[in-house]
Amino acid sequence: MKLIWAGMLLAAGFAVLPAFTDRNDLLNLGVQIFLAIVLAQSWNVLGGYAGQINLGHAAFFGLGALITRTLWVGDVPLVLSLAAGALVATAFACLIGVPAFRLRGAYFAIGTLGLAEILRITVANLLPEISTISAAELASYNMLPRYYLTLALAVLCVAVVALLVPSRLGLGIRAVREDETAAEASGVSARRHKLLALAVSTAFAGLAGGAFAYYHVSYYPQHTFSPIWTFDAVLMSFVGGVGTIHGPVLGALFYVVLKETLALHWVEFHLIIFGVLFILVVLFVPGGLVEAWQRGRRLIARSRRPW
Amino acid sequence: MIFVSFVVNHYFAYFGFFAAKQFSMILTQQLILGLLVGGLYGLAAAGLSLTFGVLRVLNVAHGELLMLGGYGTFWLFTIWKVDPFASLLAVGPAMFVLGLLLYVALFQFVVRAHEEERIKNSLLIGFGLTLVLHALAIQLWTADERAVTTAYSGAALRLGPFAIPLLRLSSLLLAFALLAALHMFLAGTRWGRAIRATAEDWEAAALMGIPVGRTYLLAFALGTALAGIAGGLVSISYSISPSIGMEWTLKALIVIVLAGLGSLFGSFAGGILLGLAESMSVVFLGGPYREVVGLILFLLVLLVRPQGLFGARG
Repeated sequence: MKLIWAGMLLAAGFAVLPAFTDRNDLLNLGVQIFLAIVLAQSWNVLGGYAGQINLGHAAFFGLGALITRTLWVGDVPLVLSLAAGALVATAFACLIGVPAFRLRGAYFAIGTLGLAEILRITVANLLPEISTISAAELASYNMLPRYYLTLALAVLCVAVVALLVPSRLGLGIRAVREDETAAEASGVSARRHKLLALAVSTAFAGLAGGAFAYYHVSYYPQHTFSPIWTFDAVLMSFVGGVGTIHGPVLGALFYVVLKETLALHWVEFHLIIFGVLFILVVLFVPGGLVEAWQRGRRLIARSRRPW
Repeated sequence: MIFVSFVVNHYFAYFGFFAAKQFSMILTQQLILGLLVGGLYGLAAAGLSLTFGVLRVLNVAHGELLMLGGYGTFWLFTIWKVDPFASLLAVGPAMFVLGLLLYVALFQFVVRAHEEERIKNSLLIGFGLTLVLHALAIQLWTADERAVTTAYSGAALRLGPFAIPLLRLSSLLLAFALLAALHMFLAGTRWGRAIRATAEDWEAAALMGIPVGRTYLLAFALGTALAGIAGGLVSISYSISPSIGMEWTLKALIVIVLAGLGSLFGSFAGGILLGLAESMSVVFLGGPYREVVGLILFLLVLLVRPQGLFGARG
């Protein structure tokens, strides 16, 4: 309950922020944080709750970006373009998901990694030109709608996951993660629940990609298929606390702020710090920052006891 | 219209008289190059398949270790003018030591878990390691592409109309010799037998008095050394940059999927198969899709035999 209030407070704080400042760099930082939250949370649905390590998340981010950008630049209304991007990403995921979920554990992970690479190379070959928005659009470029779009997306994504997880379907998804055979034996269809988690995960990845396409002035189409998007999502989810709702949000905040702080002096240095942190988390604190926090509180509580 | 018909006529004339011969020559030359690079794919895969087969951990940082080995050779060559082939004598042992350290620092914690958990955790650890090594390499050596260029780099063996680059040929032969030596080590020595027994069934091996922990350590270090030497050879015959790691990890994984685990010569053959498939794709689909062909093969095999090729257990 406390967490829900904290989340709402955070969202409200971000929502009124533009009223107090019109510094574009702050709004820009906000956009990056919100995109990171959507990316991390969407990965977390499949990776954290359904237990399927997806190393090809970038494929769905890229598909969303590609479709949204193409339609939006072609004068289709933004909302429709975003929806189309999400739809294509999800449809592709479901198409792939049916055979891919026959691969268990490591094979699913490397299979998705291979898939994303295929898409990246193909897009790089077919669309080698940089994608830029039109001069008219550029002249009227305003950070504010980008800020609110990505904020709304982040809130929506976290809310959907928070509603999904305690529901009957969410219980099924978690049951499949814990023990597929036992879940099947109790009448929970492993394939259907994994597909559902995949669909939710990739729909939000596609939306995040679409928002990126709306936000970024110019980029190479292949960039949105780059494995760095997958890496970012995995890092943020794990460092924050995989398989929790607030973990990926914290991870995303921490990651983006650290990255932007370090970017001034050492570009790429944040990857070394986060990579090491990530390894430590996987080895010693599988619950990430969230678990570390709980452990810390327990330690303090124990030391306060009089006996 | 006239222009189009001109182009078409020209095209047909060209093909009619010269194309068949020209085409088969291009194909043969590409196949030779594919064979040569395939040996290195095999060597890269052999290291990964050793660690995966014995420890049952999937180290996706294998390509990054390969990249480090490549920079080792590059450094020795540019700073101390060490002959790149001689430098492998230093790079191999150095990477062996790095493997020992990585196992003690990271992977020994992973192998304590059960099968499925073990693979998943090793995948994540390898992934973290990939990020760190990649970022470190950019700090140390910048993102530029590097290659070792010796006085004899351009030398080629001429076989009629075909050219066989000497360096690549010696890399292939060296890779083969290395795998043969490793095969003899695994087949004939006490530690080699310990490694094979552990790969087959670590619990039974432990009951027979084999120190499983130390066997794991040795196998992991050997795998790392193989990656390092493969990297050295890559920097000699091709080029290296901090971002080649993922590419080589994928190549090694593709070869393992094609060839299965458990046989070093199987890896070698699988590597050559991948090399040939890639060169065919260059001829028929054009250069840019070279990387895609292997990946598609890989996905197809995974989908047709999802449980099989990575070894029967698990």
